[in-house]
Amino acid sequence: MAEKLKPAERLKKDRVPMRAQEPEERINNFLEVPFGYSLQEAIEEAQRCLQCKPPYCVAGCPADVRIPEFIEKIIEEDIKGAFLEIKKTNALPAVCGRVCPQEEQCEGACIMNKKGKPIAIGRLERYVADWARELNYSDAKKASVRLNKKVAIVGSGPAGLACASDLAKLGYDVTIYEALHKAGGVLVYGIPEFRLPKAIVDYEVDQIKELGVEINLNYVIGLTKSVDELIQEYDAVFLANGAGAPSFLNIPGENLNGVYSASEFLTRSNLMKAYEFPNYATPIRVGERAVVVGGGNVAMDAVRTAKRLGAKEAIIVYRRSRKEMPARAEEIEHAEEEGIKFELLTNPVKVLGDEYGNVVGIECVRMELGEPDESGRRRPKEIKGSNFVIDADTVIVAIGQSANPIVARSATGVETNKWGYFVADENGKTTHPKVWAGGDIVTGAATVILAVGAGKKAAKSIHETLSRQ
Amino acid sequence: MYKILKKQKWSDTIYSNWIEAPFVAKAAQPGQFIILITNQKGERIPLTIADSNAKEGWVQIVYQVVGASTLELSVMNEGDSLYAFVGPLGIPSEVENFGGKVLIIGGGIGIAPIHPIAKKLKELGNYVVSIIGARTKDLIIMEDKMREASNELHIATDDGTYGQKGFVTNIMDDILKKESEAIKDIWAIGPPIMMKMCTRVANEHNKQIWVSLNSIMVDGTGMCGACRVSVGGKTKFACVDGPEFRGNLVNFDEMMLRQKQYCDQEREALMLLEEKIRRQASNG
Ligand SMILES: Cc1cc2nc3c(=O)[nH]c(=O)nc-3n(C[C@H](O)[C@H](O)[C@H](O)COP(=O)(O)OP(=O)(O)OC[C@H]3O[C@@H](n4cnc5c(N)ncnc54)[C@H](O)[C@@H]3O)c2cc1C
Ligand SMILES: Cc1cc2nc3c(=O)[nH]c(=O)nc-3n(C[C@H](O)[C@H](O)[C@H](O)COP(=O)(O)OP(=O)(O)OC[C@H]3O[C@@H](n4cnc5c(N)ncnc54)[C@H](O)[C@@H]3O)c2cc1C
Ligand code: SF4
Ligand code: FES
Repeated sequence: MAEKLKPAERLKKDRVPMRAQEPEERINNFLEVPFGYSLQEAIEEAQRCLQCKPPYCVAGCPADVRIPEFIEKIIEEDIKGAFLEIKKTNALPAVCGRVCPQEEQCEGACIMNKKGKPIAIGRLERYVADWARELNYSDAKKASVRLNKKVAIVGSGPAGLACASDLAKLGYDVTIYEALHKAGGVLVYGIPEFRLPKAIVDYEVDQIKELGVEINLNYVIGLTKSVDELIQEYDAVFLANGAGAPSFLNIPGENLNGVYSASEFLTRSNLMKAYEFPNYATPIRVGERAVVVGGGNVAMDAVRTAKRLGAKEAIIVYRRSRKEMPARAEEIEHAEEEGIKFELLTNPVKVLGDEYGNVVGIECVRMELGEPDESGRRRPKEIKGSNFVIDADTVIVAIGQSANPIVARSATGVETNKWGYFVADENGKTTHPKVWAGGDIVTGAATVILAVGAGKKAAKSIHETLSRQ
Repeated sequence: MYKILKKQKWSDTIYSNWIEAPFVAKAAQPGQFIILITNQKGERIPLTIADSNAKEGWVQIVYQVVGASTLELSVMNEGDSLYAFVGPLGIPSEVENFGGKVLIIGGGIGIAPIHPIAKKLKELGNYVVSIIGARTKDLIIMEDKMREASNELHIATDDGTYGQKGFVTNIMDDILKKESEAIKDIWAIGPPIMMKMCTRVANEHNKQIWVSLNSIMVDGTGMCGACRVSVGGKTKFACVDGPEFRGNLVNFDEMMLRQKQYCDQEREALMLLEEKIRRQASNG
């Protein structure tokens, strides 16, 4: 058991940095960038925590993770104890420890921000979850009670998995229907291996299966079976099909060969493992110069993937300035370290091709920032006559995703809004008494942990409703 | 799951498999397709549902070996299981009783996907006039089944080894010249160039025509846009907005260029797989 420091000593310690692959090396592989803490490093970092009462950090966590409690266990070198504390509220700790925007959540709320740097809560969560996975330690056990009530869940992304996990623990018979051939949603098809190794997602999915959750892969709700049929067959239905339909720019030349949506590009690379072509059968093409249009996390993932697939130049084209970029600061920094170029205040107007239908470049126009718009960000305006061409072999469009209508079309009595998202209250209840919805398909593209939170709330509400029947 | 219940070789390059897939069989309708993956490292390939039986829980596919993935599929045996098999995908054909004649045109491997549409149209009470064609006699498939599904069957081969010498479009043109009025709707499925030519003939006679677009796909559920095609000047996703579209509105040239997107990689993959199969064969 490590020493508990006095508050004054805690304040003197610096945040423990995390070792990572060097940029020159990592642009040649798909291995995870940061290495994670060692036990010693985790303890050092944990020792900085002030154990606030009430804790500020927890208020910033959408999954109510018992942060000071698990950190205390790390100091006690009781990693299993720490793991059990986290698992009380979060079914996906190894994932969240890696991909949550902690700077806006727990770490953003941590009192230590006032005294310097916040506690590295994400890194500690990751350390604890990795410990369990490496030792194959599992706390998953089937519920001892069986309620003989059946719940169907559409989609195996974080929202679906979190809901399934909570309901299974309560004794429900839970069946997940997943359209793809692998479970995990964006965690497997969107977020790249170098940020979230797929073995980790598989492990966390397996833990949920251990609870008795059945996952039917290759099953498209709306086509293989309708939501209406699920409503007939089950006591409750949770819709968590995400918002994965890609948006395009609607500019000339967008159907040339070499133009991808970020969804397609990342699906080919992550889900289908095109980065191991021809060992894996799905091809992908990048060429020497890849241009990614967009400034969010998806754009950063796409551009860093393009670099690793061999692009000599990988360029972000974004219509506002650096300050307005929605991507996490850490992602932008990682991209810069990897030699990604940024063409800011730049907007594409046309994709240029050759006589074989291949992309050869993208015509752009420079922008300047005008008055703030509804989002409070300054609205970009074209600078007339500033058109110029960026040579490119590949153009990847990463300007957002929207709702896919397949599920909603087959769900009679479940209301959607004008963008096709399900209308649901804060407990996930939709306009149909047997149907709940949550995650990106309610909120629009958001975060893993918000989806987890939505899944948990829906599970609680489903349990309350079905217990009354 | 997804066991190959039966497999038949119909020509040098054409095979048919019957796959155990009860959920797909239950929901399948004419015009829809499936996506399958042969093994864990395989790609997702779309194939039309040639036939299905909800009671017995199988789906029939007919495929031509054109590259690595179809070759991989063709060397799997009865009793083997596919890694994934998902469907039915896409919007079903808009079939109904049109109170008259319908014209059905299937070219090469396209005969397989057009068959369930012809069958359904006949069941619904239409008078089905079918034209099937291929390069040469050996590549004419499902003749008996097409005869059964049609009231009239015409056959064409490019080289004249069977039926009328020439293209399906010649027969199509003749029929429309004679009885354009009587023909209530037209379906054509086959290689893109054939569908393009059929559309040209239909346009000449001022007729609407359905074609089924086999663009390159990944998920097949509207989540990636790989399959996008220009229809009436708008971008559509073949997997969810189609695969059938009014040919009169389709930009076939763009579609054909898009199909060549991975030519180099496809050739590399095919060579490697052929080499592997040769090695395995020589090792006994
Ligand atoms: C490239 C990328 C990077 C991201 N990076 C981060 C990050 O670093 N941190 C973060 O917090 N968030 C990130 N996000 C956002 C985050 O991944 C999503 O907000 C989250 O995954 C939403 O979870 P969900 O369960 O609602 O939906 P999804 O994860 O989208 O899962 C939905 C599932 O439903 C399935 N499905 C869809 N339709 C059907 C159907 N008809 N029948 C059956 N199944 C169906 C889908 O195949 C999918 O598996 C990223 C998103 C992307 C695209
Ligand atoms: C909705 C739909 C239904 C289809 N139905 C059938 C069917 O019933 N029977 C059948 O044999 N084929 C069908 N196809 C085509 C089939 O999917 C492709 O032939 C197959 O994916 C080729 O894979 P491969 O790896 O063997 O060849 P690849 O190596 O990928 O390609 C070899 C050659 O085939 C061409 N090709 C690649 N993908 C396609 C494609 N999607 N369509 C047409 N040509 C392609 C390439 O341009 C190349 O010249 C369908 C396609 C779609 C989209
Ligand atoms: S707010 Fe920061 S210092 Fe306080 S308990 Fe949470 S992690 Fe520890
Ligand atoms: S295949 Fe992905 S959207 Fe059509």
